[in-house]
Amino acid sequence: MVDLRHAPGRLLVAEDNKVNRLLLTRSLELQGHRVDCAGNGRVALELLRRETYDLLLLDMEMPEMDGFQVMEQLSADPKLRDLPVIVTSSLEGVATIARCIELGAEDYLHKPVNAVLLKARIGASLEKKRLRDQQKELVRRFATSEVAQDLQQSGFALGGRRIRGAVMFSDIRSFTALVESQPPEETIELLNTYYALMFDAINGHGGVVNQMIGDGLMAIFGAPLPLPDPSAAAVRAALEMVEMIGLLNTERIAAGKPEIRIGVGIATGDMVAGYTGTQQRATYTCIGDTVNLAARLEAHTKLAKRTILIDASTCLALGGRVAVEALGPASFQGKAAPVDVYALTEGNAADR
Amino acid sequence: MSDATIDRATFEELQDAAGADFVKDLVQTFLEEAPAMLKALREAIASENADAFRRAAHSLKSNSLTFGALALGAMARDQELAGLAAAQHENALDALESEYARVAAALTELTHG
Repeated sequence: MVDLRHAPGRLLVAEDNKVNRLLLTRSLELQGHRVDCAGNGRVALELLRRETYDLLLLDMEMPEMDGFQVMEQLSADPKLRDLPVIVTSSLEGVATIARCIELGAEDYLHKPVNAVLLKARIGASLEKKRLRDQQKELVRRFATSEVAQDLQQSGFALGGRRIRGAVMFSDIRSFTALVESQPPEETIELLNTYYALMFDAINGHGGVVNQMIGDGLMAIFGAPLPLPDPSAAAVRAALEMVEMIGLLNTERIAAGKPEIRIGVGIATGDMVAGYTGTQQRATYTCIGDTVNLAARLEAHTKLAKRTILIDASTCLALGGRVAVEALGPASFQGKAAPVDVYALTEGNAADR
Repeated sequence: MSDATIDRATFEELQDAAGADFVKDLVQTFLEEAPAMLKALREAIASENADAFRRAAHSLKSNSLTFGALALGAMARDQELAGLAAAQHENALDALESEYARVAAALTELTHG
């Protein structure tokens, strides 16, 4: 891993005193950082809102807008709230330092600033900032933007809430045979392409992929953020997924590789959505009969020899907007009564 | 000589950290800026502006300490802490201004020596 402590950063120095400003800038540039300067708090805020910085070095005593006012503005701005601030000041009194820390300053350096201390504190701050950025990026990549947004807005809490939405299960038909017929590197490449296409189709219609197991995935439509028409969104996503697989197959055939097929099951209804797991490791998921039914429908696509199967609630919610064919009732494990199954008819994908 | 006015260890540390040429320029900047700070102190006394007085003393203190002008820094700090009220007499800034003259001479000598 890259040593974050010594990687250069883009820093802003807010300082009204020219000697201090020149010296601080010089010290930071000698440490390899890119540095911009502001002569007072107002100019500093303008720059912070226009450019992107890793760290702010802030003097407290400044004309027009002092350091305290700058920090108040920063904490009120969602985009700048997380920007690390190191206060560089020669203000007298512990109370002032305490106030800076209370306002969110990461550190306090007394002026004249000692170069060695400066380097250590900047290094530590930048490292923390980058770790935070990496965590945010990880949450974005692995939790989908909706879950990330939900986490940022509501925080993390185990436990669920009742929602109404649609659940989708999808997997690649005869995946095991495919895996055995090709080198593992090719399988990984195929899976990456497959997931990229499926994520695009699902996210594009407001769905959230919350599980990936081998070649299979589970997606939720309507949680954590509500969707106005979750069933139709799930069905449209499924049609787009099939269309994408069609395009992928064109490439695969041209490359002399076997085609792949997917099966998709969708069910609509009430479920409990939330974070399950432990405080250390948790996933966002949905639980309930609807989820089980969607999984059964997906498995049933093999038997029914259809690509996309949906339940009665999903069919009802579609209200005839998409052509479906009633396949009649089917018996599923774990279901006392037979369940009506509907297939999306071929050609829907092309007609949209 | 200049040893008493400028703490040589501090000054050399500054040169080591920032480079002698840079420090020469920085001294020049200080010698340009400091008279304005002294002027601001006098004006603050005349106009009874306590805030401006404290700010000017604060700047002078901060810059003095940067170059190792410890005596000047301490005098400026005393002014900053005591505030405008304590400086309301005619000769309040005399000692500070003479010390600044010594500092300016010493810094010039150090950077042009």
